[in-house]
Order: sequence, then structure tokens, then C-alpha cells
Amino acid sequence: MAEAMTTTAAPPKPVQEKAPEHRSPARLAWRRFRRDRTGVFAGIVVALFFVAGLGAPLIAKLYGKDPYTTYGQNQSGLLDDFGYPTGRFGGMSSQFWLGVEPELGRDVFTQLLYGIRTSLLIALAIVLLITMAGTLIGLVAGYFGGWVDYALSRVIDVVLCFPSTLFFVAFIPIVTTRFVAPNQQTPTWLIATLLILVLSAFGWPTTARLLRGQTLSLRDREFVQAARVMGVHPMRVLLRELLPNLWTPILISASLNVPAYVTTEAALSYLGAGMIEPTPDWGRMIHRGAEVYNADFTYMLFPGLAMLIFVLAFNLLGDSVRDALDPKSNR
Amino acid sequence: MLRFLTRRLLGAALILLVISAATFLLFFAVTPDPALLSCGKQCTPETLAAIQHNLGVDSPVPVQYWHFLVGVFAGRDFGAGQHCPAPCLGYSFVNQQPVLQTLLDRLPATLSVAFGAGALVLTMGVGLGLIAALRRGKPLDKASMGLALIGASFQIYFFGIIARYVLVDQLGWLPRPDYTPLTSDPLQWAGGMILPWVTLAVVNAATYARFTRSTMLENLSEEYVRAVRAKGLSARAVYLKHAFRGAMTPVLTMFGIDMGMFLGGALITETTFNIPGIGRLAVDSVAAQDLPMMMGTVLVASTAMVFASIAVDACYALIDPRVRTS
Repeated sequence: MAEAMTTTAAPPKPVQEKAPEHRSPARLAWRRFRRDRTGVFAGIVVALFFVAGLGAPLIAKLYGKDPYTTYGQNQSGLLDDFGYPTGRFGGMSSQFWLGVEPELGRDVFTQLLYGIRTSLLIALAIVLLITMAGTLIGLVAGYFGGWVDYALSRVIDVVLCFPSTLFFVAFIPIVTTRFVAPNQQTPTWLIATLLILVLSAFGWPTTARLLRGQTLSLRDREFVQAARVMGVHPMRVLLRELLPNLWTPILISASLNVPAYVTTEAALSYLGAGMIEPTPDWGRMIHRGAEVYNADFTYMLFPGLAMLIFVLAFNLLGDSVRDALDPKSNR
Repeated sequence: MLRFLTRRLLGAALILLVISAATFLLFFAVTPDPALLSCGKQCTPETLAAIQHNLGVDSPVPVQYWHFLVGVFAGRDFGAGQHCPAPCLGYSFVNQQPVLQTLLDRLPATLSVAFGAGALVLTMGVGLGLIAALRRGKPLDKASMGLALIGASFQIYFFGIIARYVLVDQLGWLPRPDYTPLTSDPLQWAGGMILPWVTLAVVNAATYARFTRSTMLENLSEEYVRAVRAKGLSARAVYLKHAFRGAMTPVLTMFGIDMGMFLGGALITETTFNIPGIGRLAVDSVAAQDLPMMMGTVLVASTAMVFASIAVDACYALIDPRVRTS
């Protein structure tokens, strides 16, 4: 068995050595991507969001404020008697660039900045988990077929039929009450972990179904059959023969999933089942903004716009990445 | 067709059984005793036991689920002596109303949102996609695809509130979003529904537009389209009768899934516009830890989902003769 392994370990990308100008598929894709101006611009915007999220503490330090201090309550004159910002446009000023939060009087700019971290961290963790689980399950179901495929496909069907949003909204608050004593504050990490686990638990089937289909179409190709005939261990066929040929669909589905989970996380917070005070979170800001929009429209506008720009840029980037990786598709 | 339907209905029943069991077990496993909530401050073990008996939560969880199932098919009696006839989903823990009746009361609002929004999504999305496909590469194509991308990036709660603020509160062009039963005043019903419909349509139609465009382009480059073109059919007939028909099948799948979701209660839309439908009921019953009510809403939502997918497959067979139902 071990001997067979060593003889069949030919990596399935001989293109690299043959092409005289050293054009690997990745390099070709990169070249196609660079020519796509919209894609590059969207990529820069997305990168800015990542940098802003990573550098939030530094930016906040330079800016001189943090997202937790209730400036409006400490400093008189920022909020009126009803708790709304006194200045125009939600109290925007040279001191508070994007205004102050109604009632609590926290700084909107730093809250948005730190909100990026919450959203991206949770969304990226979920995408990582569901991509790994979905790929593995899809590969196994597609490659082995038979009863394994049947069982896994039925599980996928059932999970996809779950009313998932409803389930998240219902499940997350109840589980939190289980872990936290009533008189204690819920720790942020607990909610974050819970969000990641529960959303991943319902998120993998879409990726798995996609990968199963792709695996099915690859399974009967010559190189896979050759490996199988030579007695290569199934695990090795999956990881060394099939997986390298599936990177494109995996990357594409992951790139579509990031904005999808940023918005799902925000939607849960909007419905009151996501992040809790005082962790800065876009969805929770919009939730609060929706309560006061008639008196202070600006407070709801900024988190909404931030999310709109992020999702739009990420979708554009995803489109370009897809075009670059898979030039045959015409979307 | 009949065999196909029976097989799918059996499958649907099985899926619903699994989903209801999972929901039931999960929630009973993690929620605190519901009897404690209604027992109040001076709670003695005796009153607690009595309340538990009345609510039907005094047996182990699997047994409770069995009672629940029996109730659905044969009706059941509760400890306090109420009899709950055949499709019995129990009584609310919070206001002791029968769950089924509450669900039925809330259903018209959800149906209004779902069907109106569904029709609008389909016309807007498919229309935009068709225009883009027919004017491929032209400014109209780019404009409609750009519009679709922006629409798809909006969130219901953001777009809905902006639209409400601008169109209702500031300009006064639209009436306040509100639910009036269709039977009592059709005009007021439609007026109050415009904003939820438009919001759901704008956010969802974008996906349809992009999808319709790509499947339409795919179909236009197929052999059969070339054949009918060569036969001398007018461009109109080629596009609308032949290519469009082929392009509609995948769009229909998506529409089925979305309709299933709308019919199960559009949680965010109903919350944003304060529409008393299934979605609002679900969010409220979750907040109140009203388990029977929540089970009811979960069941409605998953039933809608399962049946939408059966309907889609049945429609497939009707539209596309290549698909066989056996």
C-alpha cells in the first residue's frame, strides 16, 4: 500500500513545468483579475474595511475616543432633554465625526469602527467552519456514493428545510440563559461562540450540496479512476486528486458567504438575538436606529450605509474573482 | 404524477416529523421550566406541580413530544379539563390561547405579504433580467445589472426604514405601512402593504434579475434556439416562447424557495413594518419563551418550505418536458 502511494503521488498540476513563461493557473487568474477595474476598486474598498477593523484600536487612539464612553452623558450640551443629539445631523461635529448616539451619547465613529471587527470576525469564522465542513461532507458524499451519499443527502435536505432564521432567533437567547446566571452579565465571547456554532450548524449544507455535485462530475474522470485502480487510499484520492480540482467552486462559495454572513449576523442583532451591549455591532446599531429614526435619522443612516458599502464591494469583488477564476462562466 | 406526489408527500411528512422532533427536544432541553414563569413569587411545590400538570409538562420530554404528536392527529385533553380537538397544537403558555387559532388569525397578514411581494419580485426581477439579456453589453444592460447589484446589497431593515422615513414620514406619498384585512377594505389593505411589498421586492428581485440574465444568455446560445431561429421565427417568438421557457426553470426553483420562506413569515419585514403575521408571532413568542406557540410557528414555516419545494418540482415537470416525475 505504501509503495502504491509513493508511485501515484504525481501532483495533478504538471502545467507549471510545461509552460515556458511559468503561467500557473493562479497567475493567469491574477492577471485576468488585475485587468478588471471594478474588481480592483472593490478589492481596495474591502481591504480598507479589513484594515479599519484590524487597526480599530490605533485609529480610535489617534481620534481620541472609544466606543464605550458615554460622552453625551458626561459632557453637557451634547444631548438635549429628550436624549437626542443637539447638533444637526445627529450631532456631527469636528469632535464627533459621525455624531453621537442618542440617549447613551457614545461616539458613532468608533462604534462603527469596532463594529467591523465584530461582524468580520464572526462572519469569517463561520465561513471558515462551513467551508471546511461543507467541503468535507460534499466530497465524501459525492465520492463514496451509495448509502453514504443517500444518508448525507437526506441530512442536507432536512437541515435546508429548517426555518433557520427563526431557529437562530429562538435558540440563541435561550441557550445563553442556560449558560449565564440571571443576575450576571453575558460575556461577549459566549455570544460570539454561540453565534458562530449555531450559524455554522445550519450553514454547511449549501456548500456541501454544491461540492457533492462537483465531486460527482469529477469522480468518473480518468485521473481519479487511475488513482483508484492503482489502489490509492480513498482519503488520499479525496485530498490529493479531487480537492485540488475543486478550489474554484470552494473559493467562489466562500467569497459569496462572507457578505451573506455579515448580513445574517447583523439581521440577528437587529431582531434582538445577536450581539449584546456594550459590544459595538452594526446590526444592534441599526436596531437602535430603527427605534429612533424619526427623531435622529443620522444614527440609523451610518451603520446602514457602512454595511451597504461593504456588502456591495464584497459582491463586486466576488464577481470579479469568479470571472478571473472561471472565465468560461458568463454569470 | 400521482406516484411522484405520493412519494414526495411521504418524504415531506417525514421531514416535518424530524424537524418538529428536533425543535421540540432542543427547546425543552434548554428552556427553564415554563411552569416557573406562570407560578409567580409565592410558588409552593404543590401549585408548581399543578401548573406543570395543566400545561402538560409534567412528563419526560420524549413522552411530551408523543403527547404533542397524538394531539396533532387525534386531539388531546389537558390537565385543567380543556379538550383540544384534532389538529391540536396545544395552548400558549403565556395567554392560554389555542395555538392553532392564533396561527390561523395571523396567517392572512403573512399571506398578504408573501403573495404580493412574490408577484412583485418575480415581475421586477425577471423583467429586469430579460431586458439586460436582450441588450447584452449595451448601457441598458449595465444600468439594470448595476441597479440589481445595489438592490441585492441592501438590507430589508435598512431599505425599509429609509423608504418609510422618506416616502411616508417626510413626503407623505405613501400611507403608513399597516395591516388591514383584505375583506374589510381592499384599498386600505393594498395601501398599507405597498411598502413591505416594495421593500421585499427591491432586496430580492436583484438576485432574480442577475439569474434570469445569465440563464437567458445561456439558453440563447443553445442549439435549439439556433434551430428555431433558422426556422425563421420572429425574434420575439424566439426570445419569449423558446429561450424564455428554458430559462424559467432554474428561476422557478429559486422562486419556490423564496416563496416558502415568505409564507413561513418574513421575520425581518414583519418586524420592521409591524405587521401582525406569523413572523412577528414567532419573534414575540421567542421573546416570551412561549414554547407551544413557537413550535406552531416553526411548523408553519417548515411546512411552507417543504411544500414549496414539492410545488416547484411539480411545476418543473409541467414546464420542461425533459424532466420526468417518476
